Amino acid sequence: MVIDCKHVWNYISEYLDGTLPDETRDTVQKHLDHCEICSAILDSTRNVIILTADDRVFELPVGFSERLHARIDLEFMGIAP
Amino acid sequence: MIAAVLAGEIQVYHELIRPYERSVYLMALSYMKNKADAEDVAQEAFLRAFRKLSTFRAESKFSTWLISITINEARTRLRRQARIRMEPLDQLPDEDKGVSPALLRDWREIPSEAVEREEVRNLIQRAVQQLPGIYRQVFLLRDVEELTTSEAAEALNISIPSVKVRLHRARVMLQKQLTPQLKTVNRTPKRRWLPWS
Repeated sequence: MVIDCKHVWNYISEYLDGTLPDETRDTVQKHLDHCEICSAILDSTRNVIILTADDRVFELPVGFSERLHARIDLEFMGIAP
Repeated sequence: MIAAVLAGEIQVYHELIRPYERSVYLMALSYMKNKADAEDVAQEAFLRAFRKLSTFRAESKFSTWLISITINEARTRLRRQARIRMEPLDQLPDEDKGVSPALLRDWREIPSEAVEREEVRNLIQRAVQQLPGIYRQVFLLRDVEELTTSEAAEALNISIPSVKVRLHRARVMLQKQLTPQLKTVNRTPKRRWLPWS
């Protein structure tokens, strides 16, 4: 089976997750082997996911932990006999 | 540790929740879009989780349970603030409105070191914040906090196919928005030869 670029785009996410059925994966792979545009879309999507998942992108605000645990301690003081 | 807290060693709760601080804060931020409100929601969620710890059932993961509490807390807060957008909680994505990726012939990988630059971090944060809520929440849980598809479905109280469709759309939207922007900021400046003075 041959599929066009737009169909391949629908499979990008599951291709990256490795959750496509074998047959669909082979079809997508064949397309990617000769389509530079779809290969670039796939690689750039993977790249964006890796960058976004980097721990440095979404960091806790400075002092978050200290404030949280101080507030929890206040709660505990209300419970303590 | 949960058993210890329930048995009266309440100080253990501090250690119990430490690994989940970022997940809870990020989930709160994905709803509140404001760091101060998100922090407040995160604190409330941890307090609420402590108060109802005895209702936690081991068939769920503790992280998923905490995230569900955070989501409820955020939604309650938004409703109270009358700022909630009219978004059905488990709205099925509109299949007719396809999302298409950015087409780039000269794409080059952006190395992870780029994240050290504040400019790049801001671009990524802004792109994620601009995603529609239902996509942003799934994306953060799956790709940033690395929950499984079924854990994300449980935390958000949506179906597994919905998680998959939303994740796909979120990823493609981010690729479309970020790839051209990152290409621009990653361009290394041309070396300039200054004349001898």
